[in-house]
Order: sequence, then structure tokens, then C-alpha cells
Amino acid sequence: MRYLSSVAVLMRRMDAFSWFLMHELSVTEQLLNVVLEHARKASAKQVLKVNVVIGDLTGFVNESIQFYFDLLSKGTEAEKAGLAIARIPSRVRCRNCKKEFQPAEGDWSCPLCGGLIEEVLGGRELYVESIEVE
Amino acid sequence: MKKVEVITPILNANDLVAQENQGLLKSYQIMAVNLMASPGAGKTSLILKTGKALKGRVRLGVVEGDVASRIDADKVAAADIPVIQINTGGECHLEALTVQKALKALPLSEIDILFIENVGKSHLSRRISTRRNDSHRRRQRAGGR
Repeated sequence: MRYLSSVAVLMRRMDAFSWFLMHELSVTEQLLNVVLEHARKASAKQVLKVNVVIGDLTGFVNESIQFYFDLLSKGTEAEKAGLAIARIPSRVRCRNCKKEFQPAEGDWSCPLCGGLIEEVLGGRELYVESIEVE
Repeated sequence: MKKVEVITPILNANDLVAQENQGLLKSYQIMAVNLMASPGAGKTSLILKTGKALKGRVRLGVVEGDVASRIDADKVAAADIPVIQINTGGECHLEALTVQKALKALPLSEIDILFIENVGKSHLSRRISTRRNDSHRRRQRAGGR
């Protein structure tokens, strides 16, 4: 709780960026919950490593998740756990020519025909893949 | 050392409520459109014009997000479109829970397309540039422009 209140103070200081920080905070809380739940189920004393998969379209920033993970995991079984984040690039399909491509930053039109997007195929992933415990 | 398979999605509370909202909209066969743009871009105008163009054919509903006022909601209500106003009071956008409250207050069985007029996020940039606004206000008070 002590750490959470310092996070709150920090967020108030950052004011205009608080919405950005807050997103990673709640997601990292959930991430830690999932990790601890599975660690306890496996009767683990300690979590050594957490393998997380994050799609680029989620907009989550690795450094920010790492920052909150270090803060929130203090005093838990995951305190010393390393966070390994696998990023999944965004992948979409063109409505027009059905080509699959990775959209460029700020330009989501098809590189072949300029068409619009039919479906997002990848990049929305957000899950804990596995944990390493002892 | 032991490796434990987890494969569990990380959903925050907002995602869970958002899923409920999606289920609710689906059960009423409502298409929801989330409108996001900077203040003054024309979100309300687009809704009003769409309402006019589709009058008698498609029934619209609107959730109006605004930081403080209900100017836009009044405009939409004047066009005979069911509207619920949400004042976020400084929050930068509508969260799933606030949208859910609005959904429960709307006549969902009488709506085909629901527009969610979100708060233009750039009111945040206005906060960043408060200093400039302050000096502007000071100039106004001094009688200049």
C-alpha cells in the first residue's frame, strides 16, 4: 500500500500524463495477480521469471510495465522475478486485395493497393505465457 | 526450477466491463460507434447530420461525453435523438463503467445505431499549456487581445 500511495503522488505530479501512466499501472497489477495466483497454485516459494506476451497494438510500453512491476512486486513471491516481454508486431489484412501486412507508423493503408483494413490479425495480444518458479 | 504454463489473458477491470457492454449491445443488435476527435473537429455536427440523413430509416441514440457542459447533449436532444449526457469532470475520456451507466439509462430496444461521442483527448494538451492560456486570460483582463 505504501508503494501504491507513492505511485499516486507521482501520478499527480505528472498530471497531464496521468492517463498514460494509469493504464500501465492497472494492467501491471492484473499481470502480477495472474503471476501470483499461478505461483501459489504451483506451491512455489519464489518466482524467477515471468514470460509475458504483448502486442504492439495494445500501446503498452515495456519500460513502464517493468517500472510498475518492480514497484508492485516488492514483498511478494515475485519480488526477484525477471520480466521477459515478447512483443508481437501488428499485422492486418487489406479489405481490397487481401494482402496481409504490418501497418507503418501512422499509415494504415495497404502498401500494395492503398486499401483500407479488413481485419486485425495480430498485435492485440496481452497475456502471461508462462512463469518459472522454484 | 520449474516452468509453469500460464497462458492467461491480462484483463483489467475496464476490459471486463467493456466485454459486458459489448454483450449488452449485441443482445439488442445495436451497432456502436465510438467517435473520437479533438474539440471542434465536428463530432456533434457529424451526429446531427447523420441523424438528419437517416431520419425515419435508422434509429439513433447518443451517449454524450463532455468534461463539464451539456451544450452538445442539448443540441442532439433538440434533433429528437435519445441522448444521455455524461460529465467526466476532468477525466480525459469515457471509461467502460461510465458508458455502461449511460447504456442502462437509454431506451436500447428503440436504438439501431449508438454513437458514443467521446471527450476529445486534447483537453489534456490544454492542461499542458495552461501557462499560455493564463497569459492569454491576463491579456484579456487587461483589455487587449
